[in-house]
Amino acid sequence: MVRLIAFLVGLFFSGMLLLGLGDTVITAIKEPAVPSVEAEFHEEPLPVTFAHDGPLGKYDRGQLQRGLKVYSEVCAACHSLKLVAFRDFAALGYSEEQVKALAKAWKTEVPSINPETGEPATRPAIPADKIPSPFANEVAARAANNNALPPDLSLITKAREGGPAYVYSLLLGYRDQAGYKNEDGKELLKEFPEAATPAGLHFNPWFANLNIAMAAPIVSDDQVTYDDGTKATKAQMAEDVSAFLTWAAEPKMENRKSAGWAALGFLLVFTVLAWMSYKTIWADKKH
Amino acid sequence: MSTVKKTKSTAKKPAVKKAAVKKAAAAPVAAQVTASDNGHHGAEGSGVRRRDFIHIAAVSFAGVGAAAVAMPLVSQMSASADVLALASIEVDVAAIQPGQAIKTSWRKQPVFIRNLTPAEIEEANKVDVGSLRDPQTLADRTKPGKENWLITLGVCTHLGCVPLGAAAGEVKGEYGGYFCPCHGSHYDTAARIRKGPAPLNLAVPEFAFISDTVVKIG
Amino acid sequence: MSFPWAQEYKPQGTVSKWVDERLPLPRLVYNAVGAGYPVPRNLNYFWNFGVLAGVALVIQIVTGIVLAMHYYASVDGAFNSVEHIMRDVNSGWFVRYAHMNGASFFFIVVYIHIFRGLFYGSYKAPREMIWLLGVTIFLLMMATAFMGYVLPWGQMSFWGAQVITGFFSAIPLVGEPLRQLLLGGFAPDQAALNRFFSLHYLLPFVIAGVIILHIWALHIPGSSNPTGVSVKSEQDTVPFHPYYTAKDGFGLGIFLIFFVAVTFFAPNMLGHPDNYIPANPLSTPAHIVPEWYFLPFYAILKAFTVDFGIPFTGIILIPAKLMGVLAMFGSILLLFFLPWLDTSPVRSGHYRPLFRKFFWYGLIPCIVILTYCGGKPPYTQWVVLSQIAAAYYFAHFLIILPIVSRIERPLPLPNSITEAVTGKPLPAAA
Repeated sequence: MVRLIAFLVGLFFSGMLLLGLGDTVITAIKEPAVPSVEAEFHEEPLPVTFAHDGPLGKYDRGQLQRGLKVYSEVCAACHSLKLVAFRDFAALGYSEEQVKALAKAWKTEVPSINPETGEPATRPAIPADKIPSPFANEVAARAANNNALPPDLSLITKAREGGPAYVYSLLLGYRDQAGYKNEDGKELLKEFPEAATPAGLHFNPWFANLNIAMAAPIVSDDQVTYDDGTKATKAQMAEDVSAFLTWAAEPKMENRKSAGWAALGFLLVFTVLAWMSYKTIWADKKH
Repeated sequence: MSTVKKTKSTAKKPAVKKAAVKKAAAAPVAAQVTASDNGHHGAEGSGVRRRDFIHIAAVSFAGVGAAAVAMPLVSQMSASADVLALASIEVDVAAIQPGQAIKTSWRKQPVFIRNLTPAEIEEANKVDVGSLRDPQTLADRTKPGKENWLITLGVCTHLGCVPLGAAAGEVKGEYGGYFCPCHGSHYDTAARIRKGPAPLNLAVPEFAFISDTVVKIG
Repeated sequence: MSFPWAQEYKPQGTVSKWVDERLPLPRLVYNAVGAGYPVPRNLNYFWNFGVLAGVALVIQIVTGIVLAMHYYASVDGAFNSVEHIMRDVNSGWFVRYAHMNGASFFFIVVYIHIFRGLFYGSYKAPREMIWLLGVTIFLLMMATAFMGYVLPWGQMSFWGAQVITGFFSAIPLVGEPLRQLLLGGFAPDQAALNRFFSLHYLLPFVIAGVIILHIWALHIPGSSNPTGVSVKSEQDTVPFHPYYTAKDGFGLGIFLIFFVAVTFFAPNMLGHPDNYIPANPLSTPAHIVPEWYFLPFYAILKAFTVDFGIPFTGIILIPAKLMGVLAMFGSILLLFFLPWLDTSPVRSGHYRPLFRKFFWYGLIPCIVILTYCGGKPPYTQWVVLSQIAAAYYFAHFLIILPIVSRIERPLPLPNSITEAVTGKPLPAAA
């Protein structure tokens, strides 16, 4: 009885799937899928390497400090970094005093209340504070950005496929759409005339739908003056800020990797010992 | 941990022998009795041999590994980085008039900052330190040149209630300092215990004046 | 316990005797995983995965309890509390990554454990009850994993909750009210998050309870083995301790090496970037997929594209959406009937030439294809592939297996486990 019912159920499910298969194939032939502009023109991240890549990689402190400078002078005007606190900057190689000074000098102050009147006010940041956001709330952020919401950058390298390479590519990926061709030599506006970038958006083939609300943030060399004398080329700034944002998203990466090596080494020894123990115990048993 | 290891490794030895002896034996039940006896005595007598050493090493390694993993699982309970970041605060005391006190919060505990009047200082200095339960002078409890600034935790040393006396109009107790209503401890103008069950003076946190009017606590 | 030659627990010393007379717990352990449990001597490494699954559950419970000390189930605070664990709590990143990847490794281990059971016929008499309890554990695991994935309240958490509770809305009449009952609202929100947290904490202990039943049921007939031949004499077995404790110790080392390598060096490899974006009820990610261990079932769900109705009348009896949901649940529930679908008296796939062909060239590739297609966007080629694979999946269990077990001529079985191992027949004395 079980087998009879099972047979009928199996016949039903498999039959419906095969009917569906026929339907899918017929539909695909009758109405072939239209190639989308994203599928043809969206670019994979540019090749870029960082000091923190790989299982032995460590952050380059100098690069992180430069990246912080790019973030604070370029990105921070619109993008928050809510999950990072000033005290965390000690990990970039800053002393306690420098962290304090950084917090105090931060362009945006921390929302607070006037201790006398109770009115909303602001105060300079202290190391314990999280980085203050440039906009009070989402409505204010949208109002100031043509109804687009600049995403928080605390986790951006973990929240996007490609991570730091994506951020790097996006920052350098602004192109002139007129006459833009992909690697196959196809010209975008000829293939997809309706895909012209709408007013207020910016063409960037590294962005998911090719049209991003953010205007190119890194526009010229020496936009930022580095304290360590590094030449601030556009690529350098993009690379530095990508490294900084990787740190912001994964501040414990170095602890993680070093703990990982210790754990792996320990387990290797344990496994060898366990294997020897296993072989000794089974030595007199054929199996 | 060590006792666990020992019992495990000793338990292993006789079992190995039992199995070995048993294989040769024709009658399993009889073999078992002799095997367990032999095995037991054999393990006691022959000392640590190579094969035993391997088992002991493997089990010890497992024990060490378990202990190593337990460390982060326990340490996660201690104060996290954001809690520690608030471990020091800076307070501007410019607005506190002589005779007044404020309550502030440090490490989620109340702190009393009191600007003593000359009369209160004099009263505190008059006391014979030797007669106190927790002998300390006012100078021990304040910073040189800033003897009028008495900064203490607002936590009664008896069982942790918050004493009265910091806010205007509160009962200051029989000695004009602080009074804990929970079990009736009286503190004097230097916040020293004078009467009641509390064993110690109100604790003075680590603090320093980083400018004339700003004090850093912690 | 199960065999007359099982070694008996003999308490040494007065304390052990005193305990044994009052609460024979050491005796229970001795008989369950000690020298008192005789196990076939020929188990291969596939038999390590039961113990490993237990270890994986312990890892999840221990790290989970720790995480719950810092997590708060609030739609405004959940995401930040997870990041607080990752950034500020001492070793919090380790505990969280271990829990996150521990879930994946739990499923890897359990899938291998199930694969072992399928190939070696471990579900057959007299072990049907072990199998039924095992499938129950698997269902509980899936529920627990789903609710756990919702807790960080990222984009995938939110939309996963939305989609999976959406399954229930496919049920006629009661569907929508049922979904509202499950969510405590019209969409996933505070009420849903709180109850998911509560149940996510509860279910692992229910799983632990069912595992005890699973092991209890195992100890009635004893473990099966790669030949599928029943244990006949003492020579066929070895005591669990030290033989299999040592082997499991080695297996554990290998398992932990893989686990540590992923947890410490590629902790986000098995996750999805979108879950690092806080939940936004107003915007769905471009491409939502469940965690990898649900992908085959997700592919089955998506493979049903046509309504079932009476031809040429336009009357629809079962819409495609409902059928997908039924099939998805059916694909797991059919495992409950497996012991009665595969009627071949031979357990091990080694001695079943026809079964083996369908298993290796049919079932396994189809499950791989379903896993792969489950993560792909609904383009024609992936839909076609998953439709073929899903059709075979159902046909394999419900049609092919019963027929194969009837017509197949199995290879000759060894007379005993010892003979299979040593190549020599058992001595007449034994």
